Amino acid sequence: MATYRRINVTDEGGVSIVRFVDKKIVDSGSIEMLGEELNALVTVEKKNILLLNFDGVEFMSSAALNKLISLNNKVKAAAGRLKLSNLRSEIKEVFTITKLDRLFDIRKTQEDAVAAFKL
Amino acid sequence: MPMTESGWSYDNTIPSDLDIAHAIIEELMQAMSTANWPGGDMFRVQMAIEEAIVNAIEHGNKRDITKKVRVIFRVEDQSAYMQITDEGEGFDHRNVADPTEEDRLDKPRGRGVMLIRELMSEAHYNEPGNQVTMIKHRSNESDESGS
Repeated sequence: MATYRRINVTDEGGVSIVRFVDKKIVDSGSIEMLGEELNALVTVEKKNILLLNFDGVEFMSSAALNKLISLNNKVKAAAGRLKLSNLRSEIKEVFTITKLDRLFDIRKTQEDAVAAFKL
Repeated sequence: MPMTESGWSYDNTIPSDLDIAHAIIEELMQAMSTANWPGGDMFRVQMAIEEAIVNAIEHGNKRDITKKVRVIFRVEDQSAYMQITDEGEGFDHRNVADPTEEDRLDKPRGRGVMLIRELMSEAHYNEPGNQVTMIKHRSNESDESGS
C-alpha cells in the first residue's frame, strides 16, 4: 500500500477506511496534498469502496469540501461507493446547509457505515 | 493585538497571501477562545472568515501578491465583528448561482457566499461588492446548535 502523508488507510472486510491526519484541514498546501492522495486511492490503487472516518477532525474549510466532491465524482465514475462517518455536529451542519448531505451517504459511526456497505 | 475590557480588536492590511491570512484567522480564534466563546460559534466564525478571506484573495485580488486585503476584527463578549475588503472590482452577491440546485450539487466551489449567509448572524456587502461585513452573536450555551 502506498504511503500517504495526509491520510491513514486501513482495510476492514473489503472497505478502505480513511482517517485524516490533520485536526484542522485548512492549510492550502495540505488540502492540495489531501486531494491528490484521495484521488490516488481511486485512480492508482483502484480502491473504490471507501469510508471517510472524520473522527478527530475539528475543522475543514470549503476548499477541503471541494476535494471530497471531486473524490465522490471519481468514485462514482469508477462505479464505487463512498460513505462518510463520525462527523462532528458543526461539520455535519455545513453538509446540511449546502445540501451536500444529499450527495454523500453520511453515517453516525464507522460501524454503521461498514454495515451499510453490506446492505 | 489589544485585548481590552471591551474586547479584542485587529485592524491591518495584509498581502494576498493565504498563509498570512490563516495566521490571522488563528489569532481571531485565540481571541474568541480567551473570551470563552462556545466551540460551535467559533467553528462557524472560522468557516465564514475563511470563506471571506479566500474569496478576497483568490477572486477579488486574483492572488496578486501586490494587492492588499484589509482585515478588521472585533471580538466582544456577546458579538464578533469581521470586515474584509479587497482591491478587486467586487461581485454581485445576489447573483451567485445556487450551489444547492440538483445539477450543481456535485460541482466543487461556489458555496462561500451561502455559507457566510447561513453561518453568520448578519452579513452585508458593500457596492460594488469588494467588502463583506459579518457579525456573529454569541449563542446561548444551552443552544449550541443555533446559529
